[in-house]
Amino acid sequence: MFCLQAGAAMAQAAAGHEFDTAVAALPTASYLEKEELAGRIARSAHPQALTLLRGWLDGKLHADAAGHAYLEGEGGYTDALSGAAATPASPDELEKIGTNNRLRKALKGLLAQFGLASAEPGMRIEAVREMRRELDESAVAALQARLPQETDAAVKHEIELALALAGLASEEPAQRLAAIASLDGDRSTEVYNRLSRMASGDEADADAAVRNAAGAAVRSIDSWRSFYQGVETLFFGLSLGSVLVLAAIGLAITFGVMGVINMAHGELIMLGAYTAYVMQLLMPQNTGLALLLSIPAAFLVSGAFGVAIERVIVRHLYGRPLETLLATFGLSLVLQQLVRSIFSANNRPVAIPEFMSGVWQINDVFSITYNRLYILIFALMVFALLLGVLKRTSLGLKVRAVSQNRGMAKAMGVRTDWVDAATFGLGAGIAGIAGVALSQLTNVGPNLGQAYIIDSFMVVVFGGVGNLWGTLIGGMALGVVNKLLEPYAGAVLAKILVLVALILFIQRKPRGLFPQKGRAAEGH
Amino acid sequence: MKLKTILAAVALGAASFAVQAADTIKVGVLHSLSGTMAISETTLKDTVLMLIDEQNKKGGVMGKKLEAVVVDPASNWPLFAEKAEQLLVKDKVDVVFGCWTSVSRKSVLPVFEKNNGLLFYPVQYEGEESSKNVFYTGASPNQQAIPAVDYLMKDIGVKRWVLAGTDYVYPRTTNKILEAYLKSKGVKQEDIMINYTPFGHSDWQSIVADIKKFGSAGKKTAVVSTINGDANVPFYKELGNQKISAEDIPVVAFSVGEEELAGLDTKPLVGHLAAWNYFQSINTKANKAEIATWQKFIKKPDRTFNDPMEATVIGFKLWVKAVEKAQTTDVSKVSDAIIGLEVPNLTGGTAKMLPNHHLTKPVYIGEIREDGQFDIVWQTKGEVAGDAWSDYLPGSKDVEADWVKLKCGNYNTKTKKCSGQNY
Repeated sequence: MFCLQAGAAMAQAAAGHEFDTAVAALPTASYLEKEELAGRIARSAHPQALTLLRGWLDGKLHADAAGHAYLEGEGGYTDALSGAAATPASPDELEKIGTNNRLRKALKGLLAQFGLASAEPGMRIEAVREMRRELDESAVAALQARLPQETDAAVKHEIELALALAGLASEEPAQRLAAIASLDGDRSTEVYNRLSRMASGDEADADAAVRNAAGAAVRSIDSWRSFYQGVETLFFGLSLGSVLVLAAIGLAITFGVMGVINMAHGELIMLGAYTAYVMQLLMPQNTGLALLLSIPAAFLVSGAFGVAIERVIVRHLYGRPLETLLATFGLSLVLQQLVRSIFSANNRPVAIPEFMSGVWQINDVFSITYNRLYILIFALMVFALLLGVLKRTSLGLKVRAVSQNRGMAKAMGVRTDWVDAATFGLGAGIAGIAGVALSQLTNVGPNLGQAYIIDSFMVVVFGGVGNLWGTLIGGMALGVVNKLLEPYAGAVLAKILVLVALILFIQRKPRGLFPQKGRAAEGH
Repeated sequence: MKLKTILAAVALGAASFAVQAADTIKVGVLHSLSGTMAISETTLKDTVLMLIDEQNKKGGVMGKKLEAVVVDPASNWPLFAEKAEQLLVKDKVDVVFGCWTSVSRKSVLPVFEKNNGLLFYPVQYEGEESSKNVFYTGASPNQQAIPAVDYLMKDIGVKRWVLAGTDYVYPRTTNKILEAYLKSKGVKQEDIMINYTPFGHSDWQSIVADIKKFGSAGKKTAVVSTINGDANVPFYKELGNQKISAEDIPVVAFSVGEEELAGLDTKPLVGHLAAWNYFQSINTKANKAEIATWQKFIKKPDRTFNDPMEATVIGFKLWVKAVEKAQTTDVSKVSDAIIGLEVPNLTGGTAKMLPNHHLTKPVYIGEIREDGQFDIVWQTKGEVAGDAWSDYLPGSKDVEADWVKLKCGNYNTKTKKCSGQNY
């Protein structure tokens, strides 16, 4: 009995010693040595090991000049060895014990093994999944030790899957077959990769029956995967299309309905994006709210610019498209220089709020990023709203009346110049809203607008001038075609092919997909 | 007596005036101050002005003051050639510091060779060039791309490679060299994915999804990025969005440095890598002093310092040393004198000008930190000698540049001929 106790005490002392020496060696170790030391720290099973490794992963582990390690906490420093509160002699001279990617990965794996003992089933599942990514002997041993104690069914299932995956490496063909059978229905990437390597190629399994079983499993996963990859391409296309629609929809009003070639349209988008940036500057604590508020703010800012442009420049040039084009092009340069003077020529960072970032992992092959999803929904909402304004409000009625027959509308008592300004302002305001959405996807800089002006005109012309539905369908179609071509042709060539196809299409149907019909349209 | 003094004073005054007028050394600065490249190149113009200022405080070169002649080629490649001609023929400058993009360098090359000018080019580039009139103080591919790939292969254990770049000459040539290099190391074709995108590309979702798929084949995957300019921002954002972390698929970039990261939301970039010959965060006395001088000169205490700026500093110091050694600013004599000269790097070690007009340089790999600076995770032991002609491309394997023994920038060791091409 005494002997046992002494042995336990000695083992504990040894663990403590192992832990102490490993931590002491950390500050001067190379990254490769650190990885080995991290393993020793984890194996020492010292009570401080978990805290230390987690703090290290978070970049909170520091050492002073003498090589003594401190952990940085919320309230101050603690001694990394004992966990007691401690004050380093000179906090300014502490050097962080750095990590690199490989080391962080190793640390995560080690922490996962600790996580296996967590009380939370969710943590345990995470831990098993983390370990499944790199199944070495120690991980398999840990999982096997855990399996009989595990009470939660979901965790148990995950462990069994991981062990089956490890079982694929068994010496016995029968056991490998059993492992394949028990993996049936699991479509995760690890399983897929493992099975496809067993089915064919250099590392194919020696046993024909195992090869066939693996091959059959791979084929069934393959058809499932290709279906979801198709869905993914479609989503990417719609998402690109929604950006095109957003950028073009303001132009569909100014160019499509009013017939004004507004080369400064891109700069109105840019102003909207800068509005989002300024709103974030005003509310640095709450990026999400700032982004939502910048939607109306951008509408007002760009809309006000739009009304001013119409009043000062465009109204003097109605019916003279060439001069309008030149004047608004000049204006676009002025606006670019304006933001360059105010915000400098450098791109401005617009942070992505929490709810916009991240990914909705539907399964192992198909995932949707939230920002793209929201922007797609947002584009459709803006479209519906605009359609409602044009079809259901008195402003919309007047806009349509003026665009169809200016003289007659005037005779009916419509203040055409007021309607012109309001229409232009509406189109400009929508461009500003598009800018807010684009600030989440691309660089906010003086050249933002230039990147979208050509695409915008392309969408409006393709969809049919003067038709909002044409803009929607046209933009989505261009997006999807672009994304369908991209895997085969590459991003550069896909864009060229789309342009060439568009030119040919316009040759055959000069009025676009959905041409305006009626006397007003024919008369132009 | 009085008259004599006045006369003497007048004579002295006239003489000193003459010294002022005739005896300055003119330094041309050929960097874009407007247009798309202005963001990067304006900083280099300021760096040269700072160096001239510092040198004049020390009494100039050979007792003569330095005088800067600044022109603006406006990110317009043909205009680079015109402005170079203006500097060399009209202003008669003794040396030019300039250019950033490879296409601008190619555009001024014939002008410098025709007029026997002297150009110091401070940016990392694709190699395959060595002109009598140009000194390349930035990295050649074997001083940046190849060591970075070696690091990923040996230290990280990368087996699958994505070579992603912007569609122009530097990424295309660099990727050609890297592809040949990887294949020589036994990497199979199916483990290399090459992708080009246009300048300013912003819709990265499908490319990043492809990279994710490519990287989920069970082998360690890395992205070698020669993506240039502001297309990098949406690229890294999309990586962050699709939850590709630097631990799973690290991205090592050759064109992303402190200046590019300044004023960026660096959160999605943390842990990704960059390969350079200089990092601002390297803790040496010389580096700290230079950064302090720079921030004082530009009057902004948080301005960053980067690799092409260090290359400009080294080029300038080497030129000053060479002029003092040759005791003339004559281009041919300075070119002869500069070979073999050494100046200390800001980060330790020395930069030595080699007979092929390239430098010896240390290579560092840094991981991006949240504050936009880099943590050094790897560095070469000692300096790497710049190689003008890559050893991994079939066309350039046998070509050698040596302006001392061979007097040729493209000597073919097989045919024993100097091809005499104008580069």
